[in-house]
Amino acid sequence: MSEGLVVLDPTAERDEATGRPLAEPLGADTGARIALLDIRKPRGDVFLDEIERLLRERGHEVERTAKPTFTKPAPADLRREIAQRCDAVIEALAD
Amino acid sequence: MQVIALVKHDCETCATLAPALEKAAAAGAPVRIVSQSPEAETRAFAERVGLATVPELDDDLALSERLDPEAVPAVVLLDGDTERDRVEGLHRARLEALFEAAGATLPRDGLPEIKPGCASITQEPEVAARIAARRARAEGRIRARELDLGALEDPFEALHDRGLTDGLPVVPPTPERVVAMLEHTARDSQDVVGVVPPYGGEATVEKVAINAVMAGCAGPELPIVLAAVQAACREEFALHGLIATTHPAGPVVVVSGPYAQEAGMNSGGNALGQGTRANSTIGRALQLVARNIGGGRPGVEDRATHGSPGKVGAAFAERLDDSPFDGLAQDRGVPADETGVTVIAAEAPRLLLDQLAREPEGLCASLATALESIAHPKQRLAWDGMVVLGPEHGRIFREAGWDRARVRDELFARTTSPAREIMRGAGGSPEGVEARFVTDPDMPVAKFAAPDRILVAYAGGDAGLFSMVYGTWAAGEIGSAPQSVSVEPWR
Repeated sequence: MSEGLVVLDPTAERDEATGRPLAEPLGADTGARIALLDIRKPRGDVFLDEIERLLRERGHEVERTAKPTFTKPAPADLRREIAQRCDAVIEALAD
Repeated sequence: MQVIALVKHDCETCATLAPALEKAAAAGAPVRIVSQSPEAETRAFAERVGLATVPELDDDLALSERLDPEAVPAVVLLDGDTERDRVEGLHRARLEALFEAAGATLPRDGLPEIKPGCASITQEPEVAARIAARRARAEGRIRARELDLGALEDPFEALHDRGLTDGLPVVPPTPERVVAMLEHTARDSQDVVGVVPPYGGEATVEKVAINAVMAGCAGPELPIVLAAVQAACREEFALHGLIATTHPAGPVVVVSGPYAQEAGMNSGGNALGQGTRANSTIGRALQLVARNIGGGRPGVEDRATHGSPGKVGAAFAERLDDSPFDGLAQDRGVPADETGVTVIAAEAPRLLLDQLAREPEGLCASLATALESIAHPKQRLAWDGMVVLGPEHGRIFREAGWDRARVRDELFARTTSPAREIMRGAGGSPEGVEARFVTDPDMPVAKFAAPDRILVAYAGGDAGLFSMVYGTWAAGEIGSAPQSVSVEPWR
């Protein structure tokens, strides 16, 4: 047993270094346009109503959006629309 | 013209022939004696048989691989790259003719007229596997990155440490094992079977085969695993959400058709349990694909509150030889003469016992009680169900002449409750339908969105008036729809 063992990589071999970088912090204490994405779980709207109130209190604009269903990722068009119209998105939340 | 003579150290026929070959070379014959054995053994061989020079070594057996002899000594006459003649074993007359064609002479030197050779080293299973793996890499059939596990590492521990297992030991996916696995499909190893959530990893046939090796699959299981991956990666199956959900469900694989038996699957006693390799490993391979290719790790991307034991892997075959119905996959569109796979996003199964049932209506009434309880009796329309009828329950339907559609219609009708029983607060439990949606408390409300949202399969051992009932994750268009595909394109 002087030699090691060669095995094949079972992963998709994603290169972590080429992953998407984190966005820059907003750097805006007020006046940002923030999307609230409802994932369509029961009572998610109750939670987001409160978040909206807190954000508006701090002088931010809020745009409410929703996924068609909580079980699937947000459609590409919706993601693009949010990215174009808003400075940040809060995707939340379940049950 | 060139003569190449492949020999190995422990072959007595090689020992008999080698001195004559060396004499011929000394007399000007264009002959190279090449040893398949390692250096030390080759030196000892040269000394033992009295050679003046140690034969050259066939490094990495590259020459042996190219000439691919069954036996040594193998004396091959080459004209450039073209083979003109070959003698394996010692056939004096044929060797003399070969040397003559090369414009040289083989000294007789008391050589026997005929002496059988020994198996070429390339015929040894371990060496053949190594060469096959090397060839697969050279030809691009194997493209996965190689991971070098150190000599001081235990491969089983090393694979755990690299985050590549489900917590149980896996079979190390050596190139040799993966190449042998790929022999069990006619598909190109780089064909894409599906794109696996949550990170969108490309599941090539090769990558699926690597995970199948790790799961412990035997080769004939590979086409079933490939079909299951294809089905699970369809958008309608919503694997992304199934991995990410807090719900305990995971993919359950039901295999319907004769290939299930060929692959060693169990459709009889303990089909949903342990003890049959194929049942244990096919579902596990699919889950390893989700983890390794898709990147869905428990506690990270997989947010299951409890999970369920079946998330290690769940697969069983249908018992079609005495089933009251055709196969589940065939009912869902796979051609009757093909083997099909159905993948369902389901939680752990539960027993439904009715030992007194003798009539189909009564049995449906009992099965309905289990179906009603999926998620919560007051949860409606958001879930599918699957009943796996045991043979003693299935017999009741067969003898009554009920087909699958009739069973489903009856179960659908018997899982309909008046609105007042499923409203919030009814029976003391808070869960349920909001009062504002209920105009008539006597209005019947179905448990399922349609009769065909109750899947009916057939499996299990001979004895026991039992069936098993599965609830699904969020179903249909808002969630996961079961997917059935044929295994045939993957064989």
